[in-house]
Amino acid sequence: MKNLDSYTHVRGESLYVDDVNIRQGTFHAVVFDSPKAHGKIKHINYSKAEALEGVERIFTYKDIPGQNEIGGIIADEPLFAEEDVHFWGMPIALIVAKTEFIARKARGLIDIEIEDLPVITTAKEAKAKGSFINAPRSFSLGDSEKAFTNCDYIFEGETFSNGQEHLYIEAQGAYAEPMENGNIKITSSTQGPTAVQKTVARVLGVAMHKIEVDVTRLGGGFGGKEDQATPWAVMAALATYHLNQSVKLILNRHDDLRMTGKRHPYESSYKIGLSKDLKILAYEAEFLQNSGAAADLSPAIAERTLFHATNSYFVPNVTTKVLSCKTNLPPNTAFRGFGGPQGMFVIESAIAKAANEIGVHPRAIQEANLLDENDTFSYGQIAKKVEAKNSWNSAKSIYDLDALEQEVKDFNSNNSSFKKGIALMPICFGISFTNTPMNHARALVHIYLDGSVGISTAAVEMGQGVNTKMMQIAADVFSIPIEKIKIETTNTTRVANTSPSAASSTADLNGKATLMACNALVERLKLVASEDLNTSEKDITFKDEVVYINDKKTDLTWTELISKAMLKRVALTENAHYATPEIHFDKTKEKGHPFAYHVYGTAITTVTVDCTRGTYEFDSVKIVHDYGKSMSEGIDLGQVEGALAQGIGWMTMEEIAYNDEGRLLSNALSTYKIPDIFSVPKDVEVIPVETQGHELAILKSKAVGEPPLMYGIGAYFAIQNAIKAFNPNYDLKFHAPMTPEKVLMSLYESQKK
Amino acid sequence: MITFILNNKTITTPENSGMTLLDFVRYQQRLTGTKIGCREGDCGACTVLVGTLENDRINYQSITSCISPLGNAHGKHIVTVEGTNLKDKLTTAQEAMKANYATQCGFCTPGFVVALTGFALSNSEYNYNNALDAISGNICRCTGYKAIEKAAHQVVEKLEHQKQNSINWLVENDFIPAYFESIPKRLKDIEIADLNQPKGKYVSGGTDLYVQQADHLADNDVHLIAEKDYLKGIKIENGICTIGTNATVSDLWNHTELNTFFPNLKKHLKLVSSEQIRNMASLGGNLVNASPIGDMTIFFLALNSDITIINEKHKERTIALKNFFQDYKTYDLKDGELLKAISFKLPTVHSFFNFEKVCKRTHLDIASVNSALSINVENGTITEANVSIGGVAAIPKYLHDTSAFLVGKTLNSETILEANEILQNEISPISDVRGTSDYKRLLGRQLFFAHFTALFPKQFTLNDFVQHA
Repeated sequence: MKNLDSYTHVRGESLYVDDVNIRQGTFHAVVFDSPKAHGKIKHINYSKAEALEGVERIFTYKDIPGQNEIGGIIADEPLFAEEDVHFWGMPIALIVAKTEFIARKARGLIDIEIEDLPVITTAKEAKAKGSFINAPRSFSLGDSEKAFTNCDYIFEGETFSNGQEHLYIEAQGAYAEPMENGNIKITSSTQGPTAVQKTVARVLGVAMHKIEVDVTRLGGGFGGKEDQATPWAVMAALATYHLNQSVKLILNRHDDLRMTGKRHPYESSYKIGLSKDLKILAYEAEFLQNSGAAADLSPAIAERTLFHATNSYFVPNVTTKVLSCKTNLPPNTAFRGFGGPQGMFVIESAIAKAANEIGVHPRAIQEANLLDENDTFSYGQIAKKVEAKNSWNSAKSIYDLDALEQEVKDFNSNNSSFKKGIALMPICFGISFTNTPMNHARALVHIYLDGSVGISTAAVEMGQGVNTKMMQIAADVFSIPIEKIKIETTNTTRVANTSPSAASSTADLNGKATLMACNALVERLKLVASEDLNTSEKDITFKDEVVYINDKKTDLTWTELISKAMLKRVALTENAHYATPEIHFDKTKEKGHPFAYHVYGTAITTVTVDCTRGTYEFDSVKIVHDYGKSMSEGIDLGQVEGALAQGIGWMTMEEIAYNDEGRLLSNALSTYKIPDIFSVPKDVEVIPVETQGHELAILKSKAVGEPPLMYGIGAYFAIQNAIKAFNPNYDLKFHAPMTPEKVLMSLYESQKK
Repeated sequence: MITFILNNKTITTPENSGMTLLDFVRYQQRLTGTKIGCREGDCGACTVLVGTLENDRINYQSITSCISPLGNAHGKHIVTVEGTNLKDKLTTAQEAMKANYATQCGFCTPGFVVALTGFALSNSEYNYNNALDAISGNICRCTGYKAIEKAAHQVVEKLEHQKQNSINWLVENDFIPAYFESIPKRLKDIEIADLNQPKGKYVSGGTDLYVQQADHLADNDVHLIAEKDYLKGIKIENGICTIGTNATVSDLWNHTELNTFFPNLKKHLKLVSSEQIRNMASLGGNLVNASPIGDMTIFFLALNSDITIINEKHKERTIALKNFFQDYKTYDLKDGELLKAISFKLPTVHSFFNFEKVCKRTHLDIASVNSALSINVENGTITEANVSIGGVAAIPKYLHDTSAFLVGKTLNSETILEANEILQNEISPISDVRGTSDYKRLLGRQLFFAHFTALFPKQFTLNDFVQHA
């Protein structure tokens, strides 16, 4: 089935926040933010800005009726700065005016004086100064210290992976409207409508039922709108609360880049120990997460780094530790992979380093340590239905790895100014919110009098195709055409107390709830049909809008059946609740069974490096991916290809730069580059691994949002291998992204100029 | 009053001509299919088509409306995604995007649809590479582009073997709605009076000015010069090429004779921004922007170009481009003066030209270092040489010493290695967001070598210049 949203997308008729028809008298808002990364506010003068024609009012923390607090996990983040500023871009005030243009002009008229305080921009510096978000976390399995004494090889090293800007093409924004009795309706571009509702209520000091949050769709999220869509919605609501008028706040790109957090940069150190036959016997890693100036989701992201620290390898003795380091950058936040990619980059670096030192291909170490059925993860979960070796071996045979490697070898011996590199990247990614209580969802399904259907869930459509998947489920269960089904906006008044659309779990959780609701309605309707047709309900089935008895068509149509049900006063609405079974995790022991299942796969990446210019092109990425039993192959393929491109971007061209004062230098699309159509791999092949799927996945179709991002890590090592082919003196470094600058410097390091 | 046809509707507006076309279509006309992604021409979400009446035909080009002044729409046909929609069915480009799963979140999608429709309406040859060029300025964060490539293939398949640019055929085959057929006549019939231009900042394409100071331009008077005829045109006479400063990069791209003189012209220009920007960016703008890494400036410096400057009384003076730049963003141009034309000697059988550029992303990015070389070689001896390099000094740099050194020397690797030593003394890169000074120095060397391996592949390989591999 095609993505059902695409019809309005291609016609320019899909509605995003900034497209909503605004009410008469709507005001527009712009955020005034800190021009320093750390300091004490000595003085702010708003008088010139307030005097500007068209400016309605400027709001600060003093105007907050409830709490000046938006921190979700830890209450450490004010909506507006009070005495201190903690990052460059920290919101201080909201300027509300007749037009956005006037508000922005007014912003330029505000005078502020800040007394500088010391600025921390790196995690290492924060660690040295004891600046942390929370207590460190540590996982362990076996006894790594003891195991190192039995190792034939031990290597240590350091790695760095930079942050990553989400660069959803639709910037952050919200539109707030006053309703009766001080109620406020907010249209928000958020992955987490409940988070917005809860935080607005907290800041305004009102009950949650007074706040309605509605989301039609997002122009991209990628985690960047899980937590950080909230402040803008809260600000718009605050202005609406005071002015009793509609207020629209859409960040412009520069404001969005400057004020919002990104993927966490990590500075990490590792120690890896291997036996002669290349088994990894022991692994230790310390991850320094650059959390930024407030917790945001950092603790949960740090936790997932530990969950994925050994990627798809079984290591019997593991000790990992993560420190969430508090710095003066914008609070870093969720980004597709949620700390997992940062953890995996470190063990892949450790393997590359070990292979280089031992003098074997990294592939040999990777292959010798892949997970097997019933292996134990460092957090205690027993690996079941493991596809690590299956996907690895399939990739090797389907794509003829030997031939690919020979091609690279031949090319390199025949070319002096271009070199190719090849790398394999296996992945293993756990599916579920690692915070077990978040794994639930509800679906509200109405069948209307004419047989048409409306479905509300907590799922937010942001391109991942969840609307289409929900529609498929209902169409399948009811056996009616998709034209009769509508997926409603995501709205807190229809489905309450929801988890955000995140952790790749949206289709699983909301899909299962939808399936339950539809099934319940079908059971009810079967009863009605059996009474009408004088038969047992067990014999009734629905097919193509007609009722069947034992596979024999009757005259009773779907629409007639609905009418009969109405006359019999049977409820045509169902609200189902799904909570993932089996999962649990004990944070005091750091052990449990946090994931419903894991997703596996293997990618083979080939790159060509231009050794004159230091540039590179990816020839191909060949993947065997564990979709389970994909319920929507076109949509799922799109997720793999899109995530791969993002992962490659993170590892190659996407470079976030702050200066020592904490000012973002990569502050525009002209200085922060994401992949364009010419820079993605020329050839991407994705073949599903043969598998039975997993029953905790919706219709056995496994979650697909995040896992494939980590195939992109292979890009780093493919380039590195090409560099080695040109410059044998190159000293392996693990410092992502591998920009053309790093490539060129590496190609010519230790060389006479 | 600014008058133009927006989709199927004639518009007359008293709005400030410096307002962006994007704001006008989105917020005044409520055509919300045109999206805001970056407001600096770097994402393509706001792509619209501009149709210009040429004789009896309309020439359509794609532009990013976020950095285009509304006044430049005067007398044109502007097409947004809504203007391509058919009643109750999808256009060929839309269907291709849908059928190939080329939309995910959908936010960038209208920009792609408009750019692909623009490709169908364009004069370029209908092949896959040209289709990709047409969407080269469109960024998608969701799909990884593979699905979009398939969509582009599907569009090209439908177009192949068709006569170029027949509006009638495109209408019949669901590329565009039928009203397009009426546009040439309607545009002709509109009384297009010259815009009453206030005094103010001169703006031609505006591609850089609108990135830097859109709010300022929207709020103040601008003097639009993109349509001034005396600044237009490409003329070739007596071995000299003279280009009006209003010429866009696309004007060079599309110029048949220039492509003969410079066989790699399109390859070079492809490194200069995206098609949407090439369609707007004026050469004069690139020069007066005086960016140390202005691609076209580096290009013309190596061609040892002259520039003609005209003042308000239409008095002209001509100077060498290499003498135009004085210091960071300062140059020899007085109040009221405009760049009128760029002229340079066309290459002969003995001359060779190359342009190199490296940035984080090969396309649609700003160079870390760019460089150009034009060189005359007769019987193995260099008889003339001009080398320019950007990103390594406060100004776009003409390498006087390196160029002078090369003249009279034998073309061999010793000469080139020695020349590099001089080049290294002439440049003074600083560390910034585009790279460290060490990197730029190394890259300067490498691009200098690259000129010779690219121009004389039989004579030189990388091995001749570096000591290993």
